[in-house]
Formats: sequence, C-alpha cells, structure tokens
Amino acid sequence: MQITSPEFKQNARAALADPNLQKALRHVRSNFIDKRAKAAGALPEFEALRDNARDIKNHTLAHLDLYLEAYEDRVRQAGGEVHYAETAETARDIIRSICERAGAKTVTKGKSMIAEEINLNDYLEEHGITPVETDLGEYIIQLRHEPPSHIIAPAVHLTREQVEESFRKSHTDLAPDRDLTEPTELLAEARAKLRERFLAADVGITGANFLVAETGTSVIVTNEGNGDLTQILPRVHIVIASIEKITPTLNDVSQIMRLLARSATGQDMSVYTTFSTGPRRPEDPDGPDEYHVVILDNGRTGMLGSDFQEALRCIRCGACMNHCPVYHAIGGHAYGWVYPGPIGAVLDPQLIGVDKAGNLPNASTFCGRCEAVCPMRIPLPNMMRHWREREFERHLSPAVARYGIGFWAFFARRPRLYQWATRLAMRVLANRAIGKGRYTSLPLAGGWTKYRDFPAPEGRTFQEQWSARRKAS
Amino acid sequence: MADDKARRPKVGLFVTCLVDLFRPTVGFAAVKLIEASGCDVEVPAAQTCCGQPAYNSGDTADTRAIAESVIAAFESYDYVVAPSGSCGGMLKIHYPSLFNDDPAWKSRAEVFSAKVHELVSFLTDVRGMKGVDARFPKTVTYHDSCAGLRELGIRDQPRTLLASVEGLELKELNGANVCCGFGGTFCVKYADISNAIVSEKTKEIAASGAETLLAGDMGCLMNMAGKLQREKRPVSVRHVAEVLADMTGDVPPIGETTSD
Repeated sequence: MQITSPEFKQNARAALADPNLQKALRHVRSNFIDKRAKAAGALPEFEALRDNARDIKNHTLAHLDLYLEAYEDRVRQAGGEVHYAETAETARDIIRSICERAGAKTVTKGKSMIAEEINLNDYLEEHGITPVETDLGEYIIQLRHEPPSHIIAPAVHLTREQVEESFRKSHTDLAPDRDLTEPTELLAEARAKLRERFLAADVGITGANFLVAETGTSVIVTNEGNGDLTQILPRVHIVIASIEKITPTLNDVSQIMRLLARSATGQDMSVYTTFSTGPRRPEDPDGPDEYHVVILDNGRTGMLGSDFQEALRCIRCGACMNHCPVYHAIGGHAYGWVYPGPIGAVLDPQLIGVDKAGNLPNASTFCGRCEAVCPMRIPLPNMMRHWREREFERHLSPAVARYGIGFWAFFARRPRLYQWATRLAMRVLANRAIGKGRYTSLPLAGGWTKYRDFPAPEGRTFQEQWSARRKAS
Repeated sequence: MADDKARRPKVGLFVTCLVDLFRPTVGFAAVKLIEASGCDVEVPAAQTCCGQPAYNSGDTADTRAIAESVIAAFESYDYVVAPSGSCGGMLKIHYPSLFNDDPAWKSRAEVFSAKVHELVSFLTDVRGMKGVDARFPKTVTYHDSCAGLRELGIRDQPRTLLASVEGLELKELNGANVCCGFGGTFCVKYADISNAIVSEKTKEIAASGAETLLAGDMGCLMNMAGKLQREKRPVSVRHVAEVLADMTGDVPPIGETTSD
C-alpha cells in the first residue's frame, strides 16, 4: 500500500472529522475489550501462558537460523518448496513466477498482512492475474480499493451501511429489494459470489499464523473457513509468511494458540484452525498438487539483536490496537502503512524507515494498555521510546521540539537556576489569572489552549514556600 | 520519646515539577499525610523534575544527567515518595534502565529505585494506613492514571483511603482505567488526537454524576480540568491528596478561584 505515514497528522485530523469512521470505531471500543477481558479472565492459567509464549518465542528468535533450516528440511521432505525472499520485490517475483508457471488467471487469497506488506494484489493485477480476496473483510475493502485498517478486522473502519452501498455498486445483479440490513445477509451475498471464484482459481495464496519447524506445517486460523477453501481447492498453494512465524514444535503452537483468539476476538479458539503440510499425497482426498512457502525478511533480521527484537514475538492478534486510545480516536488508515496501532508504531519505522514513520512512535500517550494486554508481553511503549531516541540522535525530531527540550533541560539540570526562574514565571502566570483561575489562551501553549483551558498556578512555588517555612522555624 | 523519634523513617519528598509549580498545596498535603503515617519528611532543594519530558522525547543524555542528580539527592533517605504515579514510575521503573551500560550507576539506581513509592500506595502498602482523618461531603469520582495503575499497580489504595473520608461518596467512573489523553508533550504535539481522547473522558466524568473528580497525577488532572472547564461542565477537580489530607479548604479546585 502507498505510504502516507509522513502525513500522519493530516491523516489523523481527517479521521477525526469523518463521521462514518467515528461511528465504526465505537465498535472497536465496545466490542473487543470486554470480550478479551472475559476470555482471559475465564482461563486461570492465562498469565502463565503469556510467560510461556514469551519464552518460547524468545528461544526461537535466539536460534532462528536453526529453526528455519529445520523447517525448510521438513517442508522439502513433505514434497513442498521453500523460497526465501529478502525483500518485498523478491517475494513478489517468486510468487509471480509460480503463478505464471501454473498458467494462473485467477488467484484466491486468504487473509495475509504479508501480502499487504509486499503490495501483492496491485502487482498481480499489473501482470494480468486477478487476485480475489476471500476473507469477508478483505473482500469488502477490495471492492472499495482500500487497504485494511486493522490487522484482524480489515474493514472495521466501515459502517454496515457503507458495506451495503459497496455491495450494491459492485454486485450489479443484486435485486434492489434484496434486504441487506443484517450482517449475515451481507455474508451470504459475499459467499455466493466467492463460491464461483473459489472453483475458478488456479492458485491459492494464504498467510500463516505459524510455521512449525518440527513438522514443516503451516497453520492458519480463520473464522469463515475461506482459508481452507483457498488452500485446498486450487492446484497450487502458496504460503506467504515472514521469518518470525517460525515456531519450534506443535506443542509450542498449541500453547500460543490458546492466547491468540482470546487476545484477538475473545474467542477460546477461532472457528477454523488448519494445519497444512506439503502438497496432496496419493492417499489424500483433496489438496493442491504444489505447495510453496515464501518466507519474507523485508528488514526483520535487522531487528534481531537490536532494541526491537522483542517485537518479533508478535502473533498479530490486534489486542494492542483494540486497547489503544489513539487507535480508537483515529482508526488504522491514519497510520499510513500496513501495520497500525502500537505494533505498527514499532514495526513500521523498521520496515519503511523511521524518517517516514517517525510520527507513529511519537503519537502515543504511553498509557501502557497495549503492553498490559499483549499476549506475548512485548514492551511496546519502551520500543516506541527507542524509536524516539533514534529520531533524536539522528536529528529527525522537529527542531521546535528539540530546542524546547534543550531549553527546558538546561534549567532542569540546574536546580538553583530552575527554582529562581520558575518562581518568577509562576508568579507572573498566577497574577495574570487573578479572579479567573485559568487561561483560555496563552502564548506558546496554543496546542493546549486550542481545546482546553489552562489552569493557573497557585502563585508561590512549593520550593519557595518550603524554604521560607524552614527559615522561619 | 527521643528513641521514638529516632525510629521514625526519613522520607525524601520528590515534589514533582507540576506540584511544585502549579499546585504546591498538594506538596503540603503529601507532607502532612507522610508525617501522619509516622515518618519525618525532608524536601531536598536539589530537585527539579524527574526527567520524563526529555526521556519521552528520546533525549537520553539529559535524562541521565537529571536522573543522576535525583539519585544523588535522594539516595540517603529511607524512602522516596512522590505525589504522582507517573513521576513515581519514572523514578522506580525507568531510572534503572537508563544505566544498562554503566554498572556502577545501575546498581545505585536499583538501590534508589527500591525506596521509591507513589504517595497513596506508600501510605497504605508501606505504612499500613487504613484510613484518614478528613471530611469532604461530596460525591466524587476517581480516574486511575495510567502509569500509577499499570506501572505501579495502584488501584485499590486510593479507594481504600477515600472510603474513610467523612461525607464522601465515591461513584465509579466508567472507563476509569482509560487514558485521559494527556501523555506529557503528546497533548500539545498531537493536540487533535489528545482532544478526542480527553473529550471521551469528560463525557464519562459528567455521566458519573459526581461533583468532584479526583486523581493522583497533576498532568492528567490539569488536562481533564482544562477540558471540563472549556466545556463548562460543573465538575470540580482536585488531587486526591488534598482530600485525604483534609486540605480542600486551603485552596480552590484546580483552575477555579472560589472554594467548592
């Protein structure tokens, strides 16, 4: 997708002024949070599972090379092929050549954020291959030519009315009197359309929630079953996943899986959990003739051994954005690239450059709710702060902010000077607000007083009063 | 008596910059409460701010310099207490991580960090205070500030002490654990987003039906007070320590000129 992260502030302003978006975002606030809390609360070992999951991934990342090799061996043994792609471009080329060899005209797709990351749909279309999104949310935004705004609920930025409107516009055979007021009706309509496409597809592309080193298996979790049809019906199945999806054993996967749906949607398990190992064997009733796995790096190895390594534990559940006050206010598109919310604020600067995504780690109050709910215990606020440090070191933060901090720090590092200066300043601020108690506008504080009054200080600083009392006693 | 006196722990009060500059009454309330819990209080003059504005702007050099001077000024006390969960969290949780590449300072920071407490949790958890001698005949609601809640685990402590205040009725705030949108420099750097967040908060505050909003952090309080007043909502705002120390008569609510 096109990067608009440098325009984050404008994006945010537009998002705040968009009544449909604001209406749709209420759903995030009211829905995900309570459900997750209930699901987590109902499982006594939930916190212990989080510790375990963190440890499993830490171990995996420490030995990632070994597990990748083991995984590759197992995939080959099962008759599949593994392709490594260092960049998005390489990944696209690999996928295109597989599609071309298969003579593919239509490609069905299960939900994949990696496909978004490498801009796969546009690329396939440019090369005469029609990609068809089969996840309902992805299908909706494909109709609207929009990128996803959430990593598990791609169309969460839309109201039901907007979806109905898109369906009526695109499904030209739809009877005008067909009732689409119920979401289940929308689903039935999308299913009917998709059924034909599933049968016509030559290649199916899915993401993966896990790649299991022990068995060479790719695992997907979905709620609609579309992933299964995508990977079973076509002649060729391509899995596209990033390096950190590697998980050592099935036992590890089953532990982390207990956190995934609970953290994401508050379900104990998602409706479908599908394990695929290699192409169809002679005794299998169904399955593809070819099975390919494209493993994408795209800058992730640069996170290993850095301040950002722990972000590679992420299992893409979306809990961080579901609990983020900033995401609640502006939605996902304003972040301007594939991954929104707190995890995006950590990943995007790595993947597209902190010079472009610099606003993202700054646009956080550090309220810490993301870290509090992250099933993998990723210290998201600390990592956003590390990006701010990089920006400060590289002089990427705005000059006004840098000078402001420098000016303030000059005083903050000199207590006597600080106390003398603040004593004067507070006296002036207090005197000018006599009879009012607050300011409705204040020079240099426009960001504050545009929206709120500014409380006036009492007058004499605590330090001034304290030292006066000490002297008197 | 002299022996008794000798056994009283010595507390260094970390005033916090916002209390020092904007709301000194909170500092005096903290002194009164800490003394009532059986400690002696001193206020080292060599303190300004905990360093969060620099820390959260990525300016590590200034942050470390400030942290070193705070540690040096306070490490001789039995306890270091701050009337703020945010500054308390900075001193307790974040200071040690500033010195990962400096073992000498790291261990000083860790010894220091172990002594740091936020005011209300210090009173209840460390000093075993069960109630206070105060009167505030009003309905109040309480906002859990993020750092206090999630970094320091402060939730029940203020409610326990507020329950002992004569005449006070607590009405729980829907979404009390949701950020108010302050976020330090965030509120001016991303003023539009901050405004959207605080507007949700003031809606909930008004819906609680409380006459007074309380919290334990001046930043959040100034943000919410400023928004409530801009929206002309008839809710007064105070730091929880003012109520617990029975000092609400000493100063009008935040941003107001007449007593509540």
